[in-house]
Amino acid sequence: MELFKNTNIDFLGKKWIFIGASLVLTAIGLASWIAKGSLKYGLDFTGGVNVPVRFTGPPPVEKIRASVSAKIPGEISVQEVTGENSVIIGTPLKKDEEQEQDRRRITEALTATFGESSGKLDFNNTNEQALADRIRDPLIQASAGLNDDQLHTLTKAMMEYRNTPPRSGVIKSLDELSAVSGVTPAVLKVLKEQGYASPFAIRGAEMIGPKIGRELRDKAILATLYALGGMLIYLAFRFEFIYGLAAVIAVFHDVIITLGLFSLFDKAIDLNVVAALLTLVGYSMNDTIVVFDRIREKLKFSRREPLEIVVNKSINETLSRTVLTSGLTFITAVALFLFGGSVLHGFAFCLVVGIIVGTYSSIFVASPILVFWHNFLDARKRSAGPGSAASAPRETVKKK
Amino acid sequence: MQKNLRWKLILIVATILICVYGIIDFPKSKDELIANWNKNIRLGLDLKGGSMLVLQVKLQDAFKAEADTAIERLKEQLAKEGIAVANIDRNDPQSLQEADQIQINVKGVPVDKTAQFRQVINEGYQNWILTPVGSSDYRLNIKTSEALAIKKDTVTRAMTTIENRINGLGLAESSVQQRGGAGAEAEILVSLPGLDDPARVKSILQTAALLELYEVKGGPYPRQEDALAQSGGVLPPNTKFLRSQRTQDGNQAWYLVTRTPVVTGRDLRDARPAQDEYGKWETAFVLSQDAKGRFGRFTEANIGNRLAIVLDNQVRSAPTIQARIEDQGRITGASSQQDASDLSLVLRAGSLPAGITYLQESTVGPSLGADSIRAGLTSGLVGLLVVVGIMLFYYKGSGINATLALVLNAIILIGVLAYFKAVLTLPGIAGIILLIGMAVDSNVLIFERIREELRGGKSIPAAIDTGFGKAFLTIIDTHVATIVSCAFLFMFGTPAVRGFAVTLVFGLIANVFTSVFVSRFLFDWHVARNPTQATLSI
Repeated sequence: MELFKNTNIDFLGKKWIFIGASLVLTAIGLASWIAKGSLKYGLDFTGGVNVPVRFTGPPPVEKIRASVSAKIPGEISVQEVTGENSVIIGTPLKKDEEQEQDRRRITEALTATFGESSGKLDFNNTNEQALADRIRDPLIQASAGLNDDQLHTLTKAMMEYRNTPPRSGVIKSLDELSAVSGVTPAVLKVLKEQGYASPFAIRGAEMIGPKIGRELRDKAILATLYALGGMLIYLAFRFEFIYGLAAVIAVFHDVIITLGLFSLFDKAIDLNVVAALLTLVGYSMNDTIVVFDRIREKLKFSRREPLEIVVNKSINETLSRTVLTSGLTFITAVALFLFGGSVLHGFAFCLVVGIIVGTYSSIFVASPILVFWHNFLDARKRSAGPGSAASAPRETVKKK
Repeated sequence: MQKNLRWKLILIVATILICVYGIIDFPKSKDELIANWNKNIRLGLDLKGGSMLVLQVKLQDAFKAEADTAIERLKEQLAKEGIAVANIDRNDPQSLQEADQIQINVKGVPVDKTAQFRQVINEGYQNWILTPVGSSDYRLNIKTSEALAIKKDTVTRAMTTIENRINGLGLAESSVQQRGGAGAEAEILVSLPGLDDPARVKSILQTAALLELYEVKGGPYPRQEDALAQSGGVLPPNTKFLRSQRTQDGNQAWYLVTRTPVVTGRDLRDARPAQDEYGKWETAFVLSQDAKGRFGRFTEANIGNRLAIVLDNQVRSAPTIQARIEDQGRITGASSQQDASDLSLVLRAGSLPAGITYLQESTVGPSLGADSIRAGLTSGLVGLLVVVGIMLFYYKGSGINATLALVLNAIILIGVLAYFKAVLTLPGIAGIILLIGMAVDSNVLIFERIREELRGGKSIPAAIDTGFGKAFLTIIDTHVATIVSCAFLFMFGTPAVRGFAVTLVFGLIANVFTSVFVSRFLFDWHVARNPTQATLSI
């Protein structure tokens, strides 16, 4: 079975349609960018504190916000994570010395609003060691004493039960623990005396101060610039400068449209997204290189055919391969987007969008630029003097 | 089988075995297999759970301390030489950048003692540069070379102390490293796998742990003014005020103590948690040999007076001296055994030469880490199944070829990661998933070429040959392009992003091997087995 046997689509003839489409997409993206003031940046670049918290039911966003605002000045963001009953509480950037306290205060605020102040241990917000320390003596007093090994095994089992889905870190009531092996009614009684299950669980924390935030921003920009520059040099070396330039322009176009779509769909850009972008830069080069390789191969044999026809043929011949490989990588990116979880969400979105745009640009943007440039140079040569006919062997293409 | 093919097969099998060994050694049981797997595949903090802290050593503290010592010495010396100056003080650098702009100001040097003054400075303060300001004032600035030395020394000492404290907690696999690099000389990276609440660690790190024992001249006073009232509104010579710890009801008291301590933390030999006769926890400390004599003489001469036990410039307690004490003391007021234990750990590990600020903190709880792993595995499995399905459907028999190459690619990649002790992060898993698509890319390239050649009328072996030959250069080109961008990611990325770059690079390199060498071998083997077959399932 073959998808594209002997196609003969006049890609270059239709190039204005594609260039038009590119311009429209870029315009939409830029419009969104300008309308919203700036791109939405993730914690890596904004700095501040992010604390993911999971609840036993749909999280009460307003109550959370009020609770945290009471302890921390500044704008508190409470973002819901779809499908997970959890939120990400964010506090704004402060000076390095003050930043660290925000994280503690969030915990205090949540405990004050949603937890109990009875002095009991919050099962959903403790770790193995603390739990073991808490119940060791009471168990002995209740004649259910365990030695250290047994206690360790028991607490480990309870924690694992709590951490696996569908609970994923938060249990609704201590009674659920009877499902864990080793939790006898006596143990359960001690647990209920010593602890309780609050409706929330703080699953982690991320704090980035201004100094580190600045560093990460700088690194991201530098990495992107260097990568683009590196690509240009590599392609100029393997092919010719004009090829490198065409490819870099195409990639640049990809990045702009991708970022525009990020703005349009309100997705946050963090370091992972930048990593995805850079990977796309490299990957998009792939398609471009495959087409250029084919163009170069054909030009070796047919120096008299107009460039447009050669390029068209090359694209048609590599179409099957381009669509298939991009399609396969696209599928893996979609799998990541659908199942990869919230941490990689921006990363996966970038890949999904970027692969489509990248493939499109290799076919419809990089090659036309090549042709444009060549025709431009040719026209200059022709006007420079007689004797250099259009049918003369092309000089812009060196044999390699 | 041709000789060529046999060598190739041996090479491939050897590679597989080496990689598998790297991943799971030679397990004798299922439990051992799992244990070896966990040992060799190192998971990043974002998958395993744990904490990461980036601290900055407040170098300006060290500079201030250095200046203070110099000022004390200078005052003594000038007094001894009979040079009466109006005032000596220093500026107060607040941030890291201002640290080496530390400056000592000497005002009012008598004009006739100028030469003498200069001589004192030249002889005893070679780390400082003397500059006159007007006719009788001077300023001293620290020499650049000395400033650098202080910075380096402070960071090293801070790191050692922090390391000691972390190690004292007994956390497995914790690490303390200097971050280094431009603008980050004073930064330390602390990695604590498995610890999902760094609050205790942070409080242990935060304590400067400066222990001092002072002779108490007066107190406790509820306010400083009461103390001053006793001595006519002015501070008695050679004394200073120290605050006590806040009591339960929020009260604080002031003590008047001698300026310099009798014994400091440097004289400490050991510290342990202990219980008093009522079962309350306290920290017992033991002094070193040379401090014993000093302390003994002091306590003997001061029976009936009080001794202030001061931690981090706060008076913890001020017991009355009952008899000569040679080398022991107790710090009371610990709230629990862990409290006393933490304090003794901190005292044993030594005091920090300067304060620390937290620049970055990342904590991943176990449920979050487990979620990430699960998400990664699910998306990986889905992606793999769909891609393999498509390859089998579109390229039929050759699709099996591609699938085998893919599996081998995965084994080699994981094996290499295990050998290099590379850390697998969540972006790393994403990279592996991406690789599934990219790896198949090379196969597609080759298969499409082979199809083209077959269409053009070439024989099967010839088509295979040409297909691989022509596609090889393009495969190299495309892999290099992605590898180069990964190199930049590695240079500029955070640990998680680096994990991604490393995984991708190793995977791509392995892919060149599997898609060119192994795939070719499989085709050749198939052809060698059926020399007369007229069709190739592609």
